[in-house]
Amino acid sequence: MSATSHLLKVVIQTVMAAPMTNDQSWFYALALGVSFLKCLLINAYHSTDFEVHRNWLALTHSLPVSQWYYEATSEWTLDYPPLFAWFEYGLSHIACFFDKEMLVVPNLNYASPATVLFQRLSVIVADVVFFYAVKECCKCLREDKGKDLLGKPSFILTVLLLWNFGLLIVDHIHFQYNGFLFGVLLLSIARHCQNRHFEGAFLFSVLLNLKHNCIRFIDKSRSSLFIKGQLPQVLSRLFPFKRGLCHAYWAPNIWALYNIADKAFSILGVKFRLLDINKLPKASMTGGLVQEFQHSVLPSVSPLATLVCTLLSILPALFKIWHRPNGARGFLRCLVICALGSFMFGWHVHEKAILMAILPLSLLAVDSRKDAGIFLMLSVTSHYSLFPLLFTTQELPIKIFLMLLFTIFSLASLKTLFRKGGALLNPLEVTYLLGLIPLELICEFVYPLTVWQKTFPFLPLMLTSVYCALGVTYAFIRLYISLLTCSDTTKKTKMQ
Amino acid sequence: MENWSLISLCVLLGLTARWAVSFHSYSGAGKPPMFGDYEAQRHWQEVTYNLPVHEWYFNTTNNDLNYWGLDYPPLTAYHSLVCAYVAKLLNPEWVELYASRGYESHSHKLFMRATVLFTDILIYIPAVLLYCFYFCDGSSKQKVATAFCILLYPGLILIDYGHFQYNSVSLGLALWGILGLGLGWDLFGSLAFTLALNYKQMELYHSLPFFCYLLGKCIKQGLTWRGFFHLFKISMTVLVTFALCWMPFLSDPKQPLQVLHRLFPVGRGLFEDKVANTWCSLNVLIKIKTLLSRETQLFLSFALTLLFVLPSSLKLLSKPTLWQFKLALVNTSLAFFLFSFQVHEKSILLVALPVCLVFNEIPLIATWFLLTSTFSMLPLLLKDGLLLPYVVTSLAFLFLSLYLLSALERSTEEELRLGLYRKLTQRWLPKLNLSRIIKWKFWFSLAAMAALSFTSVWLKPPAKLPDLFPVLVSVLSFLHFLGFIIYFNQVQLMEPQRKKSQKKTN
Repeated sequence: MSATSHLLKVVIQTVMAAPMTNDQSWFYALALGVSFLKCLLINAYHSTDFEVHRNWLALTHSLPVSQWYYEATSEWTLDYPPLFAWFEYGLSHIACFFDKEMLVVPNLNYASPATVLFQRLSVIVADVVFFYAVKECCKCLREDKGKDLLGKPSFILTVLLLWNFGLLIVDHIHFQYNGFLFGVLLLSIARHCQNRHFEGAFLFSVLLNLKHNCIRFIDKSRSSLFIKGQLPQVLSRLFPFKRGLCHAYWAPNIWALYNIADKAFSILGVKFRLLDINKLPKASMTGGLVQEFQHSVLPSVSPLATLVCTLLSILPALFKIWHRPNGARGFLRCLVICALGSFMFGWHVHEKAILMAILPLSLLAVDSRKDAGIFLMLSVTSHYSLFPLLFTTQELPIKIFLMLLFTIFSLASLKTLFRKGGALLNPLEVTYLLGLIPLELICEFVYPLTVWQKTFPFLPLMLTSVYCALGVTYAFIRLYISLLTCSDTTKKTKMQ
Repeated sequence: MENWSLISLCVLLGLTARWAVSFHSYSGAGKPPMFGDYEAQRHWQEVTYNLPVHEWYFNTTNNDLNYWGLDYPPLTAYHSLVCAYVAKLLNPEWVELYASRGYESHSHKLFMRATVLFTDILIYIPAVLLYCFYFCDGSSKQKVATAFCILLYPGLILIDYGHFQYNSVSLGLALWGILGLGLGWDLFGSLAFTLALNYKQMELYHSLPFFCYLLGKCIKQGLTWRGFFHLFKISMTVLVTFALCWMPFLSDPKQPLQVLHRLFPVGRGLFEDKVANTWCSLNVLIKIKTLLSRETQLFLSFALTLLFVLPSSLKLLSKPTLWQFKLALVNTSLAFFLFSFQVHEKSILLVALPVCLVFNEIPLIATWFLLTSTFSMLPLLLKDGLLLPYVVTSLAFLFLSLYLLSALERSTEEELRLGLYRKLTQRWLPKLNLSRIIKWKFWFSLAAMAALSFTSVWLKPPAKLPDLFPVLVSVLSFLHFLGFIIYFNQVQLMEPQRKKSQKKTN
């Protein structure tokens, strides 16, 4: 039964109060519930990404296609692939019914209530793709009939995906279209799991044309790029290698640890008079949008070095999969490792990119105990690392409530799902995760009241980054070990 | 999943919804010279912090009663004082005498919103959770679902976190009172309710049922010294609590009189603004406000209120069970809302609280009432710029109560307690499917409310009738409330509660 006819059936049954014969209504209830929550967040803080997308609406609407990648009135030039530009073009035709002024390119930072409403609604509506993808992913799971609803793997997976904290705050507060994009990714995964490989490959190429940082998955599918004689310009916009090693807020990856080690060595070196403070290159860590990064003691890292590191990090996984494919589960595990690997070692990685690893990992988490443990570690740590994205006081309670909501749900439900076989997290992991509480208290409550807030304002960000980097690295290693050590479990594989 | 995790999830969702609503505008935002309720609350912090107690309720050079003079009982004043101390720590400009009038800033708004959240978490939310766990029938999942729906009642969220008020304090304290009485802790219950009364005088709407319930219980204990002693203990608790709350005002006889004068402004007339009660609706047809003298109005209001309150109170006196108590609370407060003097549209929240308590037993009617009560405040919400949260919270509430509590499935004639209606129609229309009629009426009414909400926002009223839409909203809500008061009286007076649910009553 198609989704729309099912939804219609649910609505009619609700109106007539006929008993629900089909027990899929909980899916629509969860989807509707999260949509209501997203609607309530319409007037929350939005980042500069809001203006970015408004600008793209304006330029795709007002300019001919040939100008899209050349337009530079606003600093937020079009830096997503062409299919996404077409998506914005499509949206712009609906935008004129809300507020024509938002489609005027020189109207920089235009954010009338109608504009905000339209843009927010477009993200909420685009999430329908994500809902559909989640539904398809649930079909790939083994179902246990007769289990109570809250203990069903498909229910748990639906909540972990639909109500994912990272997606909620990045898409519906910070402002982005990740739900829509991840929907296409998850759908592609679901199709592969259902052995509909051609559809999966096609969807993947669609995804690449929507967001190019999915290029890290390129070994899994073939791709095609729109070529309109503008390839060099498009490429230069898509891959701005002039940006620095790290974003202004360091994503919690290997380079964060590398940076902190560099800082530590330089401080120690100066203290023990091994280094001359005047000869050290000055590394600035305050403010700004993006900057180059130079290391003082350790060798500076170039884009090529990060590429090599990334490739080296994912090669063993690829080789293992090539050598001994493990069905859908092995494919997923490799996918997560590739995503994590490029997060760990990539150039100019945004902390939001961690979502690319967490979402597919959720599929594995409801299927195996070990993966559930790794998922808990990774999700809690990386969700916490997203906190600096919402730095306003007004959004502080929201991010804490939603974080607690997701964490409590994932802990409680996965614990119930895998109640046989001991605890999901060992004491060390629990201690590490509990350590996030004092970290949050210090960074957001205590530190701003101290004198150091003015002189070292970046310190809480650095602390967050480094602490989370430890957790992410640990999860990466554990995931790798589980991939390399899982021997012929193809016979036991529970996915189709 | 364990209970504690389910409860935490519901509470967190409730808190998220509340805080998300608080992002929106508040009453009187950016509207000098008077602003609104938000400025009133801020002003009370200023007055209580800077002036001595004996000046709080008086018109002095420092305290202009025309500019949001204190008109709630002392506990509100003490609460404002505590908030003022915190405000002073954060930013003294917020409570400076005179200079802070009309102060508006983003950080101040966050502070004020935070004070509401704090008292909500402290008083209202625990009371709701305890109520659902001790007094709701069904599995623990059912109890959590009920608690969740109660926490998401849009009216209270929109008024407290949107318009800006502290209803969760008085309603929460009243709920603690009900809890105390339900658990048999009469003294604790009386104490809590007296505190509620000393926070907002509108809690008087609930006082008659409390009185009748306790008196009925004492009488049931027999006309012996035990009954009298119990009554005596309760009276002493109430009196001592009153004395403690009013202590600073008892030194001079002029003080309590002035406070009472501020709390009960009989000079202000039968009604102000548009409110969904009898007088305002009647005024559309006959201009009773101008036709009748002040004394006649008072008399009429008193008489009708008494008429509607007496049957319910007498029934409760004769049968003091928790179920009767809850229904009496609904009936009495609704009667006061419909017929009393100087009723404000926000007073419907006083009726909404006891209706929330019968959610589990009659989910469909409760949902219907709660949505109507939110709709009745639409003109106020539109004035405050709260259209979006109104739409989202109402739709979410409707969907959740229908889905989680299976409101539409649990709507047979017996479950809807339509005893009297069935008896009346038995003779002439025996084949009438009352249950289906109720459901159709429900959907039709919701459609009407949705349509009127839509037109209130999108259409311009004709020039001759600028108040057309608020009046239509008031009249439509009034008609609904009239239907509800008849229904709830019918339920209380006609049917005994099912045996199954009687085990938890006293």
